[in-house]
Formats: sequence, structure tokens, C-alpha cells
Amino acid sequence: MNYMKVLLNGIIKENPTFVLLLGMCPTLGTTSSALNGMSMGLATMAVLIVSNLIISLIKNLVPDMVRIPSYIVVIASLVTVLQMLIKAYAPDIDKSLGLFIPLIVVNCIILGRAESFAAKNNPVASVFDGIGIGMGFTIALTCLGAVRELLGTGAIFGQTLWNESYGMLMFVLAPGAFLVLGYLIVVFNKIFKNA
Amino acid sequence: MLAVLTVIALVAGAVLAYVNSVTAPQIEKIKAENLAAGIKAVMGADDIQVAEKQEINGFEYYAISDASSSPLGSAIVTEENGFGGPLKVLVGFDREGTILGYTLLEHAETPGLGAKADVWFQDKIIGKNPGQCNFTVSKDGGDIDAITASTITSRAFLLAVKKAYDELVAPKDGQTGATTQEAASAKND
Repeated sequence: MNYMKVLLNGIIKENPTFVLLLGMCPTLGTTSSALNGMSMGLATMAVLIVSNLIISLIKNLVPDMVRIPSYIVVIASLVTVLQMLIKAYAPDIDKSLGLFIPLIVVNCIILGRAESFAAKNNPVASVFDGIGIGMGFTIALTCLGAVRELLGTGAIFGQTLWNESYGMLMFVLAPGAFLVLGYLIVVFNKIFKNA
Repeated sequence: MLAVLTVIALVAGAVLAYVNSVTAPQIEKIKAENLAAGIKAVMGADDIQVAEKQEINGFEYYAISDASSSPLGSAIVTEENGFGGPLKVLVGFDREGTILGYTLLEHAETPGLGAKADVWFQDKIIGKNPGQCNFTVSKDGGDIDAITASTITSRAFLLAVKKAYDELVAPKDGQTGATTQEAASAKND
């Protein structure tokens, strides 16, 4: 197995946001700024890597019939651990993302990768898949957040480029999320159509 | 089959219990630190003594005195339904009921609109006494300018502050709640 290919597969060919269109709830909900999008992406990536690893390790021990419940227990526990760690050691991230962290449990990317990749591949490849998909998700959310933040408030990562009063507030709000996501999907698929 | 799922759930439970036991004290500590920093900010003073928390009529009430134990006023946590959910405000009053400062502890207001409440009202309500002016938004005939395009948030915010003032700070006949305690601690000096 070519690990580089697994990595790139997650970022480009099966980019969870732009190609698979999975996990739209956190995508639309948390990307009101570039930093929020990136934090959410990284949090999801952390869960994805560990869940892929664990599920790949226990895949032969778990009978087929209780596969999904077992995976969900693993994923939910990981997310809860992550939430407690963030609350305890990164209170600033907790302030902006606290509401969305528990939603990682129901992010279909994580269960999707557990089912379609980790349950069929060895632990090392599964970790690489977690990194790849996680990076794809993080990059997508950061782009989405950056565009929305720039158009909405005239800043990127909190660095003001032009005065806030020229910003179109709509882009920070829900309708802007849908619009920007739509256009980014167009751009992404145009660029990587033949990749 | 059942055994496997049971074992997985047991292991998961054990891990969660362990992480919880490690992080819980830290989480409590951060909460307490945030509150202490917030109280200092809303009282506009660093060198203060904060009395034990008291729950009065659903408000969290902290009597504040300065370094030499003479009463400065009070810091009150008050809550009202905002536009996007509960709006929790920590507000500091001096002994006459003049607002010294406020900070938003929790809110779910719209970013760019209602969420501006954390800075917007700083120069609009600080120094005002809710008992001596018309403490509602100008749209409702009051003296305070609402956040542009966020009247609902503004109303909720002002109501939360006014509620705290009316219940705990405003001078009343028969002296209840805060005023009693302040009078009592004033006597002790």
C-alpha cells in the first residue's frame, strides 16, 4: 500500500467536504471565521486518526453484527475525551467551538472512514487515511472560514485587511455559508477534475 | 458478540472516568478564574475582596468590598433570553446602583450583530444608574441606544441588567436582599 497515495486521496480525490459532501453540519456551522474552521478541522482530524487506529486494531475482534454499535462507542468516547481535554486545557477554543465539539460524534466522515477504510485495512494505513481525510477536512473548513471572514468582516485570522464596515455581514451568517460552500465546490472540482 | 460489546463499553467507560477525574478539577479552576477576572473587570478595580456567592431569587450575587473591607458594591450574574439563546451577563454596581461595568459570560447571539453587545454597551450604560434613567432602548422610549439591527438582543441585555438592579440593588422600603447586607456590613466598619 502506498501511504502517500492514501494521504493525497483524503485531501483531493475523496476530500470529505468538496467531493464526498460529508459532515456538512459542522462545516456550515463552525466556519464563521478562518480560525474557527481550522480548529474544528483539527479537532475532527484528531478524533479521526485515533478512531481509525483503534477500529483498525479491533476489527478482527468485533463480530459483524455489533460492528456499528462498537464503532459508535469508540468514537463517542474519543469525542468526549477530546471535549474534556479542550475544556480543561484550551478554554479559548472551548469558548468558540464548545457547542460543536459533541457534534463530531455524529459527523458521518468519522463513521464513514471507520466502515469503508479502517475496518478493511491495517492500522498504519488507517492512521494515514485519518491524517489525509482530516487534512482534507481541515483545509476545506479553513478555506471556507477564511473566505467568509474576509467577505463578512474584512479580516483573515483576525488580521484586518480592510475596515469592517465594508464587510457583507451576510457571509458570516448562515446564507453566506451555503453560498461560499457552493462556489468553493465549483472551484475545487474545476481545478482537480482530472487529478 | 454481547461479550465483545460489553468489554468495549467497559473499557470506554473506564477511560472516560479516568479522563474526567483528571480534567474536572482543572475545568473548575478555569471557571473560577474566569469569574474572578470578570468580577475584577466589571468592578473596575483590582484590589477587591469578593464575598461568598449567594443565590438570591435566581441571581448569583457577590458582595464586593475593597482591600480595607469597606463595601464597594456588588457583582451580579443575571440571565435573560436573547435572540439566539440565553444571554448571561455579569454586571457590577456600586453602592448607589450606578453601573461600574459588565461582561457577557455566555451568549449565542448573531456574530457581527447581537454579539457586539460585549463592547457596544460599554460606553452607553457604564456610569448610568438604572433607577435614575429610562433604562430601555430608545426605540421603546428609553435612554439607551440599541445595537444597530439587533433590537432584540439589546432589549434582552438591558432587561437582564435592569432585572438585577430592581431585584437586588434598588433601594426598597423594608430593605431586602443586597441592601440589607450592605447596610449590615457598613455598620460593621
